Amino acid sequence: MELNSLTIKQANQGLKKGEFSSQELVKSCLNVIKNKNPEVNAFITVLEKQSLRQAKEVDAKKSFKKNVLAGIPIAIKDNILVKDVPCTAGSKILEKYQATYDATVIKKLKQADAILIGKTNMDEFAMGSSNETSYFGPVKNPHNLDYVPGGSSGGSAVAVVSKMCLGALGSDTGGSVRQPASFCGTVGFKPTYGLVSRYGLIAMASSLDQIGPLAKTVEGVRIILDTIKGYDSLDSTSIKKLFSSSQPDIKNLKGIKIGLPREYFQKGLNPKIKSILEKKTNELAKQGAIIKEVSLPHTKYALAVYYLIMPAEISANLARYDGIKYGLSVFKKSECLLDVYLDSRSQGLGEEVKRRIILGSYSLSAGHKEDYYLRAQKVRSLIKQDFTKVFNNGIDCLITPTTPTVAFPLGDKIDNPLAMYLSDICTVSANLAGLPAISLPIGKVKGLPVGLQIVGNYLEDDKIIQIAKIIP
Amino acid sequence: MIDKKEIQHIAGLVKIKLSVSDIKKYQKQLEHILDYVSHLQKVQLQGVKSYQDLIGPKNVFREDKALVSNAETVSKLLKEVPEKHDCFIRTRNPLQ
Repeated sequence: MELNSLTIKQANQGLKKGEFSSQELVKSCLNVIKNKNPEVNAFITVLEKQSLRQAKEVDAKKSFKKNVLAGIPIAIKDNILVKDVPCTAGSKILEKYQATYDATVIKKLKQADAILIGKTNMDEFAMGSSNETSYFGPVKNPHNLDYVPGGSSGGSAVAVVSKMCLGALGSDTGGSVRQPASFCGTVGFKPTYGLVSRYGLIAMASSLDQIGPLAKTVEGVRIILDTIKGYDSLDSTSIKKLFSSSQPDIKNLKGIKIGLPREYFQKGLNPKIKSILEKKTNELAKQGAIIKEVSLPHTKYALAVYYLIMPAEISANLARYDGIKYGLSVFKKSECLLDVYLDSRSQGLGEEVKRRIILGSYSLSAGHKEDYYLRAQKVRSLIKQDFTKVFNNGIDCLITPTTPTVAFPLGDKIDNPLAMYLSDICTVSANLAGLPAISLPIGKVKGLPVGLQIVGNYLEDDKIIQIAKIIP
Repeated sequence: MIDKKEIQHIAGLVKIKLSVSDIKKYQKQLEHILDYVSHLQKVQLQGVKSYQDLIGPKNVFREDKALVSNAETVSKLLKEVPEKHDCFIRTRNPLQ
């Protein structure tokens, strides 16, 4: 077996036993990147020399027993800052920007001796569901190169599936880890909001953004999460109370109450995906799980709420790109301050980003704020309360499709923003309610992967990971 | 719905230059999106708290302590600045 085909746990065991070195493991990943990246475009920056140097140090230190991630090549979405490495967020405006500090998650990965193998391609500023809005070109789905990999963490998902790394970090604002994981056939996890520090993550929509891991297996995702989670005083929304890992392990599905929210299984869901999910839930019932239909009645408003709140936050967060402090600037060619702002932003930001900034400012503007932004914030409360009610009734977790369709062809939705936004319909609610959710590959339709989503109660990240692990 | 003048006004506020064809395209797309989100108007919201109130609004302060960056960080930050004068960031005159 090629070293890059190993799971994180298998690689850790091999490193511990001295069967191979971290340098060999890193080299096997770098070889695949060299051969396949021109085709799939998953990486914007490959840290070849740096990762080999780091691997050499870890081989000398032999910290594999202490840290499961020691010597393991991990890919990082290009909106997470790694000191002295370019960080573009998939945008022209940050094409030449070099990060001056490490994000908290990067500090933690480095402390665990994980190897940072490169920065992955993404939709511009994480705004997109297909990876086609990247200034650095679209990422291709390895199952069919004419299809999108999903977005916005498409590069991270493709890097994992193509065995260019053993795990990856993405960021999930409305499904940006889970949706590409589903489209590419890998595991992707969005933690409870506040569980993982956002310090050093380039902000998109701050009340929704959360960094999450992708890996070949649920166990791999859990290993990365255990390394990156934790309170951070540098993130004002970081939570001090972490999930309790002292709860007894879930060994089997006997007595586990699984809710199937009926709103996720209605029209619009590909019938073949529906039947794969039904087959899977029948299997779970046979293993002793108690399957119950539940209702989250405000689900039908979730996407509308998301596409008002998210752009509103974007319009504030992206005001910082002004051509003055860092990033692309037309200072030299401009005659007045207004031109520096207008021309730097207009030349540096892409179409989707501009569309969301304008939409967000519109929904916040005098005369519209009440009808759009404030109303959306209230409906967001109703969406959260729907989940609270269901979990208070004893449901352990919810199972839904991750996406209503499989991956779609490149170019299919790029000119129709609303059709593109509908790709997030099953994933946005977990972000709006701040809940943990995981996507698992459970089958294929016409050769393209299908994902199953498990949504858990607030801070019950560990519970859904354990349930995901025993799902056959 | 949203008219061209309004798009131009908002674009001015967010400092984005739009061509005539951009405005036309954005008007159509934004109308489409606003039409989709309009079903929120039907939700009965009497007595419903906004999300911030629901999760409990709180101020988060960091310790009132000056953080001193080392010379290396300062020089790296300044390296990213498009126009500078010594260790100051330069801008065009805001009061022209």
